[in-house]
Amino acid sequence: MIDSLAEMAVQSTQSGVFDETDLLAQARAGDVRAFSDLISHYEGKIFRLAQHITQNREDAEDVLQETFLKAYEHLEQFQGNSKFYTWIVRIAVNQALMKLRKRKTDRSVSLDEGIDTGEDIMVREIAAWDEDPEQRYSRAELNEILDSAVQSLAPTYRAVFVLRDVEELSTEETAEALELSVPAVKSRLLRARLQLRDKLTSFFKRKGDDAFAYM
Amino acid sequence: MTPLLTCKEFLKELSEYLDDRTDADIRAKLEKHTSECPNCWVICDTTKKTIKIYKGMDQACSIPEDVHARLMAAVEKKIAAKCSDKTKV
Repeated sequence: MIDSLAEMAVQSTQSGVFDETDLLAQARAGDVRAFSDLISHYEGKIFRLAQHITQNREDAEDVLQETFLKAYEHLEQFQGNSKFYTWIVRIAVNQALMKLRKRKTDRSVSLDEGIDTGEDIMVREIAAWDEDPEQRYSRAELNEILDSAVQSLAPTYRAVFVLRDVEELSTEETAEALELSVPAVKSRLLRARLQLRDKLTSFFKRKGDDAFAYM
Repeated sequence: MTPLLTCKEFLKELSEYLDDRTDADIRAKLEKHTSECPNCWVICDTTKKTIKIYKGMDQACSIPEDVHARLMAAVEKKIAAKCSDKTKV
């Protein structure tokens, strides 16, 4: 009897062995179990990535499903020039941006929008933080603060920041996944980091330190 | 003598510096700047902490069971549809 995909996924997680090259070759040849192993390995990362970009659990679940359905549909076209993960990240980011585009409240939707000229790096608030600022908050409170700060970024910056600093892709992998140039990734990452730093300073600054305007 | 960096020049290099991707000469200039400019020292320190705090954010998270189950069901349906298309041909 053929196992269900869910059963295969459990078995693959338990086996603990993961060889992407072989799995991809098998999946491309039509091996369903190999594809379910790939899903098991990457579903958590893709779901989190989708949650970070859409900031919405339902949308993130849609993005997760659409990503793996599209990956399955186009698996034969995947050339293997890039990593499988980078390829599905690209699909997931595009799906997530499409979700944002559909939201009337979110006006900024394209990775090509809102590109800075490089002359407007802003720092609004300067105050030293506690040594371990996160100790002041519970895990849930901290996640809420971090999520709301990320949500305040334009999607152009949000996607770059999440891939680089949360999912820890390299600059080059991020550029490939988002189809951006390396200098564009670097520029957006700098701005995203500085904007988040500004937002978080109001929560994490050392008590008694005054914030003041800078440049 | 090497020219000093302005605060704006410092900021432009900050991300690369924190990622340890600057060459030794620029690195020395940046470190000299932070030793003399308290504002830029604070910006550097708090940006470093910003990056660190987000890096640890997701490590304990795993996909919820119900989300995983619905994903597998959707993929299974897709595979069945593809198989049935192939048998028709």
